[in-house]
Amino acid sequence: MQQVRWHGRGGQGAVTAAKILGMAAVYEGKYAQSFPAFGTERRGAPVQAFTRIADRPIRDRSQVYNPDYIVILDPSLLRVVDVLAGLRSGGTIVLNAPVLPAGFIIPPGSHLVLFHATPLALEVLGSPIVNTIMAGALAGATSLVGLEALKRAVIDVLPEKVAEKNLYLVIRAYEQVAGAGRREVHLAVGNN
Amino acid sequence: MALRRFLNGNEALAEAVKLAGVEVVAAYPITPQSPVVEKIAEFISKGEMESEYIRVESEHAALAACYGAAVTGTRVFTATSSQGLAYMFEMLHYVSGSRMPVVMAVANRGMAAPWTIWADHQDSVSCRDTGWVQLYVENAQEALDTCLQAYKVGEDPQVLLPVMICLDGYTLSHTEEPVEVPEKEEVDAFLPPLRLPVALDVENPVVFCAGAGPELYTEFKYQQQQAMYAALLKLKEADAEFAARFGRSYGGTVEPYQCEDAAVILVTMGAVTGTAREVVDGLRACDQKVGLLKIKSFRPFPAQEIRDILSRAGAVAILERDCSYGYEGALCTEVKAALLGLDGPPKVYGFIGGLGGHDITREQITAIYRYCLEGVQPGYGTDHFLDVAGARDEN
Amino acid sequence: MPSATTKLPAGPHLPTPCFGATTGSWRTHRPVIDASLCNHCLLCWLYCPEGCIERGEKLKVNLDFCKGCGICAHECPRRAINMLEEA
Repeated sequence: MQQVRWHGRGGQGAVTAAKILGMAAVYEGKYAQSFPAFGTERRGAPVQAFTRIADRPIRDRSQVYNPDYIVILDPSLLRVVDVLAGLRSGGTIVLNAPVLPAGFIIPPGSHLVLFHATPLALEVLGSPIVNTIMAGALAGATSLVGLEALKRAVIDVLPEKVAEKNLYLVIRAYEQVAGAGRREVHLAVGNN
Repeated sequence: MALRRFLNGNEALAEAVKLAGVEVVAAYPITPQSPVVEKIAEFISKGEMESEYIRVESEHAALAACYGAAVTGTRVFTATSSQGLAYMFEMLHYVSGSRMPVVMAVANRGMAAPWTIWADHQDSVSCRDTGWVQLYVENAQEALDTCLQAYKVGEDPQVLLPVMICLDGYTLSHTEEPVEVPEKEEVDAFLPPLRLPVALDVENPVVFCAGAGPELYTEFKYQQQQAMYAALLKLKEADAEFAARFGRSYGGTVEPYQCEDAAVILVTMGAVTGTAREVVDGLRACDQKVGLLKIKSFRPFPAQEIRDILSRAGAVAILERDCSYGYEGALCTEVKAALLGLDGPPKVYGFIGGLGGHDITREQITAIYRYCLEGVQPGYGTDHFLDVAGARDEN
Repeated sequence: MPSATTKLPAGPHLPTPCFGATTGSWRTHRPVIDASLCNHCLLCWLYCPEGCIERGEKLKVNLDFCKGCGICAHECPRRAINMLEEA
């Protein structure tokens, strides 16, 4: 079983991203769970969401303590949340940032994928909603789900009026990260 | 061909309500139930569902409206949680005493105070004696399937009782997972249209919910009790028919898992059952003889089945998300009573946990099994109140 | 166990008089309608709290349920209803 923890702020779409990823996995014939960190929804407050993906039905209902993947939608969260808590050894961090933020220490053996999603979101959507971009980046950097299933999930989850633009974003992020290949990902770790 | 969708428990229930051809819905919003009726309202506004959606000023009014609609012989649905369910309390008895097969989803949430929006079973367990059939589900698929079965059983002429479908708030209500949504035609074949023996008919007027003196009151209450016993059998039958048609079975009343040769059996209700299954598989892989008994039907209580399954075990642990303050978990008391008089009964341990949304982990469940395998003498009342930081461990 | 349950419907939903319970015995005065004065305005039918006025060619009072409250007589604009003491 693969476990993903999404970090964002209320309104940035972390919960939706978790759902899109899970749905994509189900479209590929796998099993998945997606859920928010349970509680009230408050715009701007740090939020978490989770996706579990497995090849057999997922029965575990406990919370995710040791994620294999951590996706951080907003680099300002690094100051206020222990975003790396519980990251499984050898796990992967996907961070929305242009460069490695000063003082952000990547645990040894883990992988970092840097993807600067905010300018892209501003350019295409006119707002800094980066959830689908980061879902595309995560999928591009890993073998969690393929692009086709991800595209289908984006169409099914998002309202029609924003689906097309997000489809473009997901494809662009996926291809950019997948094209970079794992070597460059490791390089990012080396720069740490 | 059923459609494999990615739905949370609330959405799965809304799909079931649509498939069941529910004609009247009345509900008042409360977290974590609200998305069920929001989704239903969306179906109605899009014309996907032909129903009357009655907006009400409170949960009490919601169930009163459902009661009034049910009396006309229509299929109705409502949903609530926690304080909302408490506010319905008076109407719960009216509906069950009037034998109206109303179906209600309860997205389980702890009771204030302290105020909480997170899950435990205190809300519905506190309504144990209201004469409603209470079914606890383990996942979103079971929520959908149980909703269809709830109408089937509740509307059976030998039953005619309201049914509560209890799903852990957030853990099930807000968690998406794959759910097979059956075709409308398949559901129609399983669930015939509602035919109430007495329904509002201006040509043949009757007094609904008439008053009764002590003798007749007792007769009606006895009849209600008989209907509950009939429901035990009907739940099994509905599950068997559902399995034949849709290929999914939940045991109707109870669902044993790896219990045949188990030395220790854990008894659970609701979502934590899934986590416990993982633990059973893990311990079985280490040659530990452990099993799991899911109580799906808390009312009617399948005492005989429980007794038969647990009588072979050396120890039984009950893990529940409620407390009957001053004694022990309500389920613990019920299970102990079911075992009364057995020759060489199992030791019974009560565990209360997962209160107000507290997570129940695999490690905790593993520790419960290991504790019971040690054979410590159980005490009276609750042996263990989990997750209490800083409290002394009396065992 | 011998039980009346078999004869009862599921739930206390019964045609009147429910359980043989009538209220006519509560009455000390009965309404009597003078047909020569009645013009069928039906105000008595409207106001009767127990629904005891039966419409027809001639209005009738259902004395199984009439409690003798006198509201019909009080409301009748033609004073066609008199409350007579029960013998």
